[in-house]
Amino acid sequence: MLRLEPRREPSRAMQVLTPVFAVILTILAGLVLFAILGKDPFRAIWLIFFQPLTQTYALAELTVKGTPLILIGTGLAMGFRAGVWNIGAEGQFVIGALAGGSVALALHETAGLWVMPLMCIAGMLGGMAWAAVPAFLRTRFNANEILTSLMLVYVAILLLSAMVHGPLRDPEGLNFPESRLFSESMTLPILVEGTRAHLGFIIALVAIGIAWLFLQRHLLGFQIKVQGQAPLAARFAGYSEKRIVWLCLLTSGGLAGLAGTFEAAGPVGQLVPALPIGYGFTAIIVAFLGRLHPFGILLGGLLMALTYIGGEAAQIAMSLPSATTRVFQGMLLFFLLAMDVLVGSRIRWIPRQAAG
Amino acid sequence: MNGVPDPLLRLEGIARAFPGVLANDDISFSVNEGEIHALLGENGAGKSTLIKIIYGVLRPDAGTMTLRGKPFAPHRPSEARAEGIGMIFQHFSLFEALTVAENIALGISPELARGDLRGRIVEVSTRYGLRLDPDRMVGDLSVGQRQRVEIVRCLLQDPRLIIMDEPTSVLTPQEVETLFETLRRLAGEGCSILYISHKLEEIRALCDHATILRGGKVVATCTPSEETARSLAEMMLGETLSPPATDRRTPGDVRLRLNELSVEADSPFGTDLADIALEVRSGEVVGIAGVAGNGQTLLMSALIGETLAGRPDAIQLNGRPIGRMPPHGRRKAGICFVPEERLGHAAVPDMSLTENVILSARVRKGLSRNSFLNLPRAARYAGDVVARFSVKTAGIDHAARSLSGGNLQKFVVGREIMQEPSVLVASQPTWGVDAGAAAFIQEALIQLARDGAAVLVISQDLDELFAISDRIAVIAAGPPGRRPHARADRPADGWTAARPIGLARGGGARPCLGWSRGASPQGRCRC
Repeated sequence: MLRLEPRREPSRAMQVLTPVFAVILTILAGLVLFAILGKDPFRAIWLIFFQPLTQTYALAELTVKGTPLILIGTGLAMGFRAGVWNIGAEGQFVIGALAGGSVALALHETAGLWVMPLMCIAGMLGGMAWAAVPAFLRTRFNANEILTSLMLVYVAILLLSAMVHGPLRDPEGLNFPESRLFSESMTLPILVEGTRAHLGFIIALVAIGIAWLFLQRHLLGFQIKVQGQAPLAARFAGYSEKRIVWLCLLTSGGLAGLAGTFEAAGPVGQLVPALPIGYGFTAIIVAFLGRLHPFGILLGGLLMALTYIGGEAAQIAMSLPSATTRVFQGMLLFFLLAMDVLVGSRIRWIPRQAAG
Repeated sequence: MNGVPDPLLRLEGIARAFPGVLANDDISFSVNEGEIHALLGENGAGKSTLIKIIYGVLRPDAGTMTLRGKPFAPHRPSEARAEGIGMIFQHFSLFEALTVAENIALGISPELARGDLRGRIVEVSTRYGLRLDPDRMVGDLSVGQRQRVEIVRCLLQDPRLIIMDEPTSVLTPQEVETLFETLRRLAGEGCSILYISHKLEEIRALCDHATILRGGKVVATCTPSEETARSLAEMMLGETLSPPATDRRTPGDVRLRLNELSVEADSPFGTDLADIALEVRSGEVVGIAGVAGNGQTLLMSALIGETLAGRPDAIQLNGRPIGRMPPHGRRKAGICFVPEERLGHAAVPDMSLTENVILSARVRKGLSRNSFLNLPRAARYAGDVVARFSVKTAGIDHAARSLSGGNLQKFVVGREIMQEPSVLVASQPTWGVDAGAAAFIQEALIQLARDGAAVLVISQDLDELFAISDRIAVIAAGPPGRRPHARADRPADGWTAARPIGLARGGGARPCLGWSRGASPQGRCRC
C-alpha cells in the first residue's frame, strides 16, 4: 500500500512553484479533456488561457473579474492563515451589494462625491454583519464556522431575491425583479474609456498592499500566523483566540461586502437576483492558489479571472459546454492541493504485510 | 566471551547513514542470553537508529546481525517479533478509552489474541509482579501501570530479547524499583534485555554490561557496576564534567507567592489544582517534584496565565496580584516562562528564530512599536540569544523546527533568561536534551538565581532537582475532598541523589505542596 511520509523541511522553492505546476497540469489535463470531447484541444486552450491576453478589452475585463476575486481572496487568506474557515464569502458579498445598493437607491435623486464612499462603507458593514454571525456562534457556542458561514450564503441570496422582488424593485421597471439603475455618482469611475475597468481594481491593489503590511509587519498579523500554525504557542504568548476569530471574520466579511458593492456599483450598475455568480467561492481557490500571500493572491485572482473570460470566449467560439469554466477551476484547485501534499510529504510504497 | 555459546544477538560492523550524518558507524557488540545490556549515549549518539535496525524498522547500509548464531536481517518489525524480539517504546501506543485487555488484544497478532486472553494476561502479570486488572480502562491508569500494559503485551509474545527505550523516564522511584525487579526476574529466566537510557545510576544498578555510543560509534564497553556515574558520563560525553556549583547566596525577598491557588482543569481528564501554597525568594531555585499527571501541566498553565486563577491574589509577583492577568501582562510585571513542550508551545515550529523571539520577548524587549513589529530589533535579540547560549543553528532566519532538541531548548531558555525576569518558571527544562545542553541550561538557571532572580523549576527528574534546587516541594494527588495541609521547604543540601526518594515520598515528612484532586488511582501520596 502507499504511505505518505512528511518531509523534514519542505523545499521553499517548490512551495512557490506549485501554483505554476498546477496551472501546467491543468492545461495538460484540459488538452486531454477536449480531445475526448472531440474538440480541437490546442485551439480551446489557446482561447481560454492566451487569447484574452492579446486584447485590450479582454485585459480590462480581467481587472473587472479579478477585482472581487482579489478583494475577497485577500480577506479569506487572512482567516485561513489563522485556521478560521470562512466559506461564506459569497453571502457576505451579496449582503455587501445589498447594503451598498440600498444606500444608492435611497439616495437616488442626490448627487455628490460623498455618495460612493458612503455606499462602500455600508457595503463593508453589511458584509461584516453577515460574517459576525458565524464569528459569534463560534466564539460563544463553539459552532463550526465552515457550516454556519456556508449556510448563510443561501439565506443571503434568497434575501437579495426577496428584496429586488419587493421593496427594492424598480417602480418604473415593468415589474421585472430588478432595482433602478444606479445614477452617475453611484457608479464607480471607469479607468479606461470604452472598457468596464473601474476604480475598484485600484482599491483592490491598495488592499493587497495593506494586507501585506499587516501580515508581515503588524502584531495582529503575527498573531494570526501564530494562531494558525501553533495554537498552543498563541496561548503561551497570550494571544486571544476569540479576538483573532472575530478579527479574521470581520475583515474577510468586510472585504467581501466591499467587493459586492463594487460589483453592484461597477459592471452591473443595479441590484439583480443574478448578482452572485460564485466569486465568493472562487476566491477560496484564489486564496490557496496565491499561497495565502497577498501578492500571490493578486496573481491568482487574475489567473482565475482569465479562466472566466477565456472559458466564456471558448464556449461561444467552439460551442463548449457551459461547465467548462467550472471544470477548469476545479481542476486547478485539485492539482494545487495534490501538489501541496507532494511538496509536504513523499510517497513510499509499503509492502502490504508490514502495514499490519 | 570465549567459551560461552553463541550470544543471543551479535552486531558486526553495523553502519547506517542519513543525509548529512552517519548515524551508526561500524557498530559491533553482542548481547548474551539472560543479560541486561545497556545502550548508553547522548541524544543523537545513534541509539535510536540502532534499535530501529534491530527491530526491523530501518535497514543497515552495511554490517550483519546474527541471532543465536543465525543471520538475522529483519525487513520489518513483524519479522523481528516473529524471531522473539519485543520492544517497549518510550511513548506508549494505547487507547485511553479501551480496557487493558482490549488494548493488549489490539497490539498482538490475531492468533495470539484468540482464546483465554484475559486469563493469560492475569497469569503473566502475576508471574512477573506486574499487577494489572485486565478490565480497567487505560485512561484511568497511572503512567507506570500503562507501561505494565505494554510490558505484558510484549511478554505475551514470549520474547527472547526485549528492547526498552528510556523506560523509567515517566516512573516514580517505587515504580522503577518494581520494574527493575521484573526485569531481573526476566533476565533470570534467560530473556535478554537491551536497555536504553541516559540515567546513569539506573544503569549502574541494573545492567550487566554497557555499550557506550558517541557520534554513532562505540566508544567504550564496560561493566556499569564497576564504574561511577561520573565516569560513565565522561565516557558518554567524551569530556570531563564539573558539577554545578553549589555556593548560593542567602535567599532574599519573596518574589513569587502562590497563595492557596486552586484551578479547575478545563478538560475532563485533567487534574484540578487545589490550594497550592508556595513561596519563591530572590536568589533561590525552588524545585517542584512529582510524577507526571499530578497537575504540573495545569500549574504551569496557571502560572503562565493561559488558564486564569480564580482570585487575582492566588498568584502574587513581588506582592502584586497577577492571578487574573493575561500572559503578556505578567511578563511585563517581570515573570518569564519556559514551558515543557518546545515545539508547538514554547516555539512555533515553522517560524524563524527571529519571529519566535517576538512570541514571548516582545513586551520586555520592546520588539514592537505602535503594534508594528520591530523586526531588525527582534533579529538582533535572536542573534544575541544564539550567541550567548551557544545555540547551534544555520542562522536566525531558519525555522525553529530545524534546530535539534538541545539547541532549541537552549534557545528557548535563553530567550526567557535574557529578558532578565525577576521570576523564571521552567517546566522540564532539560527534558529530552543531551547531557551537554542540559548542564549548560542548569548552569544558566543557577546563574540567574545567583543574579537575584527567583527560579521555579517543575521537573520529574529528581537528579536534576537535587542538583540545582535550594528547596524542593512535591506536587501530588490526594484523596478527593481532603484539605491541603502541608508544603515542603526542605533544604536540598545534604540530599544525595541516592537517598532522597524515601525521604521525600515514603518517610514521615510532609512534603506535599498541595493536593490535586481527581488523579492518583492508588492514593499514593503519603502526606
